Amino acid sequence: MSDPGRPLSPHLSIYRWPITMVLSILHRMTGVAMSIGLVVLAAWLMQAAAGPEAYLRFTTAMSGVIGKLFLVGWSFAFFFHAANGIRHLAWDTGHGFEKRDADRSSWIVVGFAAIATSIFWWLAT
Amino acid sequence: MAEFRLPPNSRIRKGKHFPAPAGAGKTKRFAVYRYDPDSGENPRIDTYEVDLDSCGPMVLDALIKIKNEIDPTLTFRRSCREGICGSCAMNIDGGNTLACTRAIDAVKGDVRIYPLPHMPVVKDLVPDLTNFYAQYASIKPWLQTRTPPPPDRERLQSKDDQELINEPAACILCACCSTSCPSYWWNSDRYLGPAALLAAYRWLVDSRDEATGERLDQLEDPFRLYRCHTIMNCTQTCPKELNPAKAIAETKKMLAERRH
Repeated sequence: MSDPGRPLSPHLSIYRWPITMVLSILHRMTGVAMSIGLVVLAAWLMQAAAGPEAYLRFTTAMSGVIGKLFLVGWSFAFFFHAANGIRHLAWDTGHGFEKRDADRSSWIVVGFAAIATSIFWWLAT
Repeated sequence: MAEFRLPPNSRIRKGKHFPAPAGAGKTKRFAVYRYDPDSGENPRIDTYEVDLDSCGPMVLDALIKIKNEIDPTLTFRRSCREGICGSCAMNIDGGNTLACTRAIDAVKGDVRIYPLPHMPVVKDLVPDLTNFYAQYASIKPWLQTRTPPPPDRERLQSKDDQELINEPAACILCACCSTSCPSYWWNSDRYLGPAALLAAYRWLVDSRDEATGERLDQLEDPFRLYRCHTIMNCTQTCPKELNPAKAIAETKKMLAERRH
């Protein structure tokens, strides 16, 4: 900053987050979460290759409450990130920048991710 | 780099409280960020109870009343009091806006007032805008031409062409948008920020300007332009209802189209 003696005004701690800002950070967080999920996906395949015992150990671990929570989280991350990614494509073509449109598309993305996750797990169980 | 915590010299202490005068009617509490560079102390939040029955309707009216009647040391910038000079830009109730066009009634509960976020503070509500202005200057905000002007008149443009620059040219450089942007918070040394980029766009689409190529070259940079991640805080907060986010997207489009 220009003068090291000057204090920095507060930012994150005092800013009221618009919905679009919440979705922006969620987009990044779901992206990171899915990268980690990819490692778990690879582990799943490796255990499948390692034989029935190893595979059983893996699936037992993942069907516990904590394992399930992570799986639900990753599926939500996938649906959210995909839907928001499509929104970013629309933005990249110059569409949807009016405040009302951006707020509305935010809620559509959140709604889609929630509904898709529910349907996914309803079909899976 | 993103540093989420305030540095030690910037953390906020509890400040003084100024109760409402005896016989006050309807009162409202204003919690205001204070920093006195001469004291050597950290910033603090002072609270003032203001008698709304003898106060104008806008947040700026309350600040002026506090300065006149309660605490003359309170420091802030203001000039036109009608939303055209951009001086009284500050963070009110969690959003960046102009104190002169923000109604006190529109704020629920206490009115919390801070300087524009993530800026070096000169005193109280006065941020140091040196870097912000330097970034504006860096986009060369003037008409650049190579061809000589017509000998008998000014460089004219059609009404349609004029309308393209109408909105971006209405920017008052209050810095509300740039200081609302998390990308700008973390990278203001290299990212130009929405205000400078809106200004750049205003010259890119000006039918009379002949430096479009050079202007785009200047912006084609991973930081200067592409740190914009479409967080949309700029457009959400602009007190003039302009749309820097859209202007930035259009600029990215111009660059993408130029590549083939």
